[in-house]
Amino acid sequence: MTPILTATTMDKPTILTWLEEVKDPEIPVLSLVDLGVIRDVVLQENGGVLVKMTPTFSGCPAMDYMQRDVERVLHAHGVENVQIEMSFEEPWNTNMVSEKGRLALKNFGLAPPPVYNQVLDLDILEYATCPYCNSQNTEMRTPFGATLCRSMHYCHNCRQMFEQFKPV
Amino acid sequence: MNQAALKNLLYRLADDQLILGHRNSEWNGLGPILEEDIAFSSMAQDKLGHSLQLYLLLNQLGEAEPDTVAFTRNAPQFHCCQLVELPIGEYDFSLIRHFLYDHAELLRFEALGQSSYEPLAQVARKLKGELKYHVLHANTWVKRLGSSTEEAIARLQQSLDYTLPYALGLFEKTEQEEAIIAEGIFIGEDALKARWEESIRAILSQTALQMPDLQILTPVYGGRTGEHTEFLQPLLDEMAEVFRLDPTADW
Repeated sequence: MTPILTATTMDKPTILTWLEEVKDPEIPVLSLVDLGVIRDVVLQENGGVLVKMTPTFSGCPAMDYMQRDVERVLHAHGVENVQIEMSFEEPWNTNMVSEKGRLALKNFGLAPPPVYNQVLDLDILEYATCPYCNSQNTEMRTPFGATLCRSMHYCHNCRQMFEQFKPV
Repeated sequence: MNQAALKNLLYRLADDQLILGHRNSEWNGLGPILEEDIAFSSMAQDKLGHSLQLYLLLNQLGEAEPDTVAFTRNAPQFHCCQLVELPIGEYDFSLIRHFLYDHAELLRFEALGQSSYEPLAQVARKLKGELKYHVLHANTWVKRLGSSTEEAIARLQQSLDYTLPYALGLFEKTEQEEAIIAEGIFIGEDALKARWEESIRAILSQTALQMPDLQILTPVYGGRTGEHTEFLQPLLDEMAEVFRLDPTADW
């Protein structure tokens, strides 16, 4: 028999593990935790869970799905009272994508966003590393792609187009 | 915080983003090359997202829901500048408008990142990262086409001369201007215009295009107080057509 979890047996690391199940609907290998959009999980006195999230791109249509998926997964684990707070207080940037997330992106064929210091200089976009052959002999074709978070590049080494999760 | 001044500014910001977002979406399927089709469509999506965030700020200040505000007002109730409502025309016009508008928008939101109204500052700090890509895109094509063939240069020059008076309308001041500056909500339109002029000159100087003397141009004002071109109302009717079929529908 599966033990029934209550607020007393539930803790933050456990909830974060459950939330690993929630993937970015447009990049199904990347969990919301690794994407960095789940900023915090707070256990509440009434046994409920407050999930603090921040949007990736302000016009990203996947944000609604992500919220619903968070609720669905927590409900499935027996958390009845789920509250989600969307906030720009700590605005998302691609430096928040975890190492695990970066590897998952690369294996998915999407070049991970380069880590940058403080100010994002867009010249950084010109230097994407091909996720297929690791060559840096690449060229940006357009800063816009199939979804808001992707730019399109061409690899002169393996002669293929590839996409990069663009740094913001 | 002076609510009237704040709302006045937010409506201008949000309406500009919504209307230009809609215009950009009209390139969907019509771009001169596939990448441009995707670029204008992506920027449309970003700008609609930006308008949503700004309408949400207005909603928190007691204004109606974002959908209601976006889809139920008529042209005289809009505060966008006339620049954003002009039809997409030929690609050279749309590119020049995009270039002139997004340079101003990026600088505007960079300045708003320091706004004394913290909710607006937070949204601005978020949006400016996205706007950088819009400016990057505009600069790439203005530099490339602005120093290519005779026809490309002539077309861009003509569009630049035609569009600049409308672009100056971006910086039209309202009766709230003094309050907005005094309260530290925003640096003000004059300060923004000076930064913008420097910013577009830096790019245009790398092309064969000539920047006209802005002092002798007559800015096209009126948009901020609800005076619009004949092109805005048909855009609103089209944009809200589905919503108005059943305003209570749940999407």
